[in-house]
Amino acid sequence: MNKYAPGDVRPHLTRDHCLHLMKQMTRIRRFEEKCAELYTQEKIRGFLHLYIGEEAVATGVTEALGPEDAVVATYREHGHALVRGVPADRIMAEMFGRIDGVCRGRGGSMHLFDVGRRFYGGNAIVGGGLPLAVGLALADKMQGRDRVTVCFFGEGAVAEGEFHESLNLAALWKLPVLFVCENNGYAMGTALDRSESETDIHAKAASYRLPAEVVDGMNVVEVEAAARRATGAIRAAEGPYFLECRTYRFRAHSMFDPQLYRSKDEVAAWEKKGPVVRFRDWMVAAGMAHEADLARIEEEVAAEVTAAVAFAEASEWESVNTMLEEVGALG
Amino acid sequence: MTEEVTYREAVGRTIRDAMKADDRVFIMGEDVARYGGTYAVTKGLAEEFGEDRVRDTPLSESAFTGAGIGAAIGGMRPIVEIMTVNFSLLALDQILNTAATFRHMSGGQVGVPLVIRIATGAGRQLAAQHSHSLENWYAHIPGLRVLAPATVQDAYAMLAPALQDPDPVIIFEHVMLYGRTEPLDTSSVADLRSAAVRRAGTDISLITYGGSLPKTLEAAEVLTEEGIGAEVLDLRVLRPLDNAAILETVSKTRRAVVVDEGWLTGSLAAEISARIMEGAFWELDAPVGRVCSAEIPIPYPKHLEDAALPQVDRIVAAAMAAMGR
Amino acid sequence: MGLFKMPSLGADMEAGTLVEWMIAPGDVVAKGDTVAVVETQKGAIEIETFEAGTVGKLLVEVGETVPVGTPLAEIGDVSAPEAAPAPAPESAVALEPTQEVTAAPEAPPPTPKPTAAPTPASAGRHRASPAARKLAAETGVDLSGIKGTGPGGAVTSCDLEGAPKATPREAARASGIDFTEMRKAIGRAMARSKREIPHYYLKHQIDLQAASAWLEDYNGSQEPAGRLLMGALLVKAVALALKNFPDMNGFYEDDAFTPSVAIHCGVAVAVRGGGLIAPAVHDTDSLSLSDLMAAMRDLVARVRAGGLKGSELADPTITITSLGDRGVDEVYGVIHPPQVAIVGFGTVEERPLVVDGSLVAAPTVISTLAADHRVGDGRRGALFLRDIETLLQKPEAL
Repeated sequence: MNKYAPGDVRPHLTRDHCLHLMKQMTRIRRFEEKCAELYTQEKIRGFLHLYIGEEAVATGVTEALGPEDAVVATYREHGHALVRGVPADRIMAEMFGRIDGVCRGRGGSMHLFDVGRRFYGGNAIVGGGLPLAVGLALADKMQGRDRVTVCFFGEGAVAEGEFHESLNLAALWKLPVLFVCENNGYAMGTALDRSESETDIHAKAASYRLPAEVVDGMNVVEVEAAARRATGAIRAAEGPYFLECRTYRFRAHSMFDPQLYRSKDEVAAWEKKGPVVRFRDWMVAAGMAHEADLARIEEEVAAEVTAAVAFAEASEWESVNTMLEEVGALG
Repeated sequence: MTEEVTYREAVGRTIRDAMKADDRVFIMGEDVARYGGTYAVTKGLAEEFGEDRVRDTPLSESAFTGAGIGAAIGGMRPIVEIMTVNFSLLALDQILNTAATFRHMSGGQVGVPLVIRIATGAGRQLAAQHSHSLENWYAHIPGLRVLAPATVQDAYAMLAPALQDPDPVIIFEHVMLYGRTEPLDTSSVADLRSAAVRRAGTDISLITYGGSLPKTLEAAEVLTEEGIGAEVLDLRVLRPLDNAAILETVSKTRRAVVVDEGWLTGSLAAEISARIMEGAFWELDAPVGRVCSAEIPIPYPKHLEDAALPQVDRIVAAAMAAMGR
Repeated sequence: MGLFKMPSLGADMEAGTLVEWMIAPGDVVAKGDTVAVVETQKGAIEIETFEAGTVGKLLVEVGETVPVGTPLAEIGDVSAPEAAPAPAPESAVALEPTQEVTAAPEAPPPTPKPTAAPTPASAGRHRASPAARKLAAETGVDLSGIKGTGPGGAVTSCDLEGAPKATPREAARASGIDFTEMRKAIGRAMARSKREIPHYYLKHQIDLQAASAWLEDYNGSQEPAGRLLMGALLVKAVALALKNFPDMNGFYEDDAFTPSVAIHCGVAVAVRGGGLIAPAVHDTDSLSLSDLMAAMRDLVARVRAGGLKGSELADPTITITSLGDRGVDEVYGVIHPPQVAIVGFGTVEERPLVVDGSLVAAPTVISTLAADHRVGDGRRGALFLRDIETLLQKPEAL
């Protein structure tokens, strides 16, 4: 995966590393596209929130994490789980609701957990993960463990009280939380300037006295660099850090959304400067990658996705007889 | 060894003993450290254990409860004190959607070994927004264990097993109990599943929990003057309810009155009444009576507050009615 | 040839309306191309193909609404556009689980329900339902001698009947109103009425030629469900007459008469198993004839089925009793206290009438009045019956 130590604050733009970043983003992209297709075939039900267009944020930030660090994410978290190392087939099986899914199929798209990889969901409550991340970081600090907790959330969460309470608490107690706001401009159908008097989110975070940066969320290299700076500071016991990653989702909020709130031209404009296409063009122009490399990546990713779907299709359903188990440990 | 202590002293002592026994235990909440606790429960603890383990929080119920959840997942054994059930509503999302839900939703991966202590109840003329009894809301939620220690002994003894529980436990402490003095034996162990018969009787079962226990026992005394022998069952655990004990007492006496400080509609008493109907219908000689709070926001003036809450006279009247008198 | 189907776009989407085709047969499409616009509850959504290929036949027309999963178009291999249609990718795995869940061969482990296991306290105790105990107390039956057919051998009400077949008493009980109790209550009321109310009686024959002709005419233009019976006209006439005679419409209690502002006629209905019950038609005077007919039909049905409301039994301000087709000429009722009058109608029959000096055979009915002499005297009663007669001469105004 990533041969750079978590503490390394400088991104190394070697060919290998760039191809690795490209593959990670491609894995997310193709996985999400396949999920969309499967949803229309009713293999995946309920709600489906796709990360297409935002791949650079999860990819870049996760590069700065080590296996001991923790990740808290939102309902748009398939990509975050993938780059964290949660196997694609277990994720797909979970999306299908089958027993071989990461959560025995009980959670579905919005509730992916993999405790072994310190991936704590998946949360359908906007803002619901921030206090959880604060608590995980609190436990690390109290037990003297050198770990970072990353908390991903959208700019919609900024309106919730939990955002303010959690930033305040993290800054007050100097907790090792990396808050990553994925500002894609829309909380479902409501544009940011229609819901926030102050739309500069990193400025709000700064008012809680934590270091806060704006990052071009469409640029995976910039995201990784910022994440390394942030985690470096956090590991140096300087308290929490805040990254506002400005990005855009190319697809609707969820599958059943006619996108009445934004124009097709706007979407098209952002697609032209999307993370995958920009990085690919840059790599090719810089001689970092050749068409053959990119074709190989696509092939490998296609195989991974196909295998994941097959795994999910073949998986069984949890029996109704065990439905009452694991509400509590003792019953 | 038994000594007479107040309920609040017992709670303070059990927190202290837990923190001494296990470094992972810490307590956080509003005014628990420098103020010494709004009910003086945690007085002296910050001085003894330091402010890292006895943490004052900002007025951020959702964040600090969620932080307690995260800390528990992260290996600590936190005690989150939510000042009263009235403010717990701000943390309800974290309690329900995270603490109670994570284990099942994650397919068994994530347990939340968190203890939340919440003061509850009315009786001090604190008016509508500071007088709720919402234990039934929490007892409604799968994934939570809900306790209501009604005696000084239970106030002390229930915390240790609660901290051992791999899943979230909510402990309700009725505000009118804090000042009561009763015997305490710190070596005695409590379980977290049984109801307790506090007074034996053969004519009627008075079933109650928490702050209503003293009134119910007093009502039982009044009833003896009427020649009625009342059995008093203290539920102790509101989720999961001790069905067997409920059915056993009602089968013995054939009559029951449930005393519950929540509002009548949708009360825990309604749940108990339904269970008695389901499990002991054929044993009944009278419908199950309920003594609950009047369906109004609890008023401020004493005479109205008293009239709104369950009192000894209403318990006695309900029991007499069940006896057909 | 692959099939492109109506996609599911949301948890609650069951069907979509095809609003526009963005492709035509012969077009070559790439993965991700928009192929159509579909109208859903949330608005128009563009749908895309996940397969590349050449478009074959379009299978659904613009404007059609089809369920999710319906094939919309053929989109096939670029290389083999005329290939035979591929079988719809039905996943056997997808079908099974639904069946498994609904078939549920084993019931899930029950949540810890309070089972009625006999506890030591109740072992050996005779079990009887509250209803059975009440009935036993009323009828003086010794419960311990009864064998119960309820759960665990518990005695329930039906066990107290004795005979396995339904007796009339049991049938009465089955209808939801305790008719034995009701008979007793009626009996008590009738006895009291005769004891306390000084009844006076009047009778008057009413010419129903106009009413009859009008009724025939009206019913001729109606479906069977909408046809009126003469009884509705009679009741309506009484209700309207009461507006002029408030001293017939009210309650005598505590040595005083209180007229009722509202007019609720109690219409006597025979009860299967014996007995008469007279529930109220509320605000009888304000109902149209068809509404009144419907209300009367409804009351009869509910008396039979046992679905009367307490207010219907308590509210009548006067009672009307009618013997219908198979009655006799005249019926004199007993006033139901605290009411002060009861109007009776005998059977509608052809009788000889003198009209303009000639003898004709005409439909007539004999109306009667039993009224409380404490409230009024015969002169008032007579005028009341006359008013009813007058109203019945103008049936179109009822």
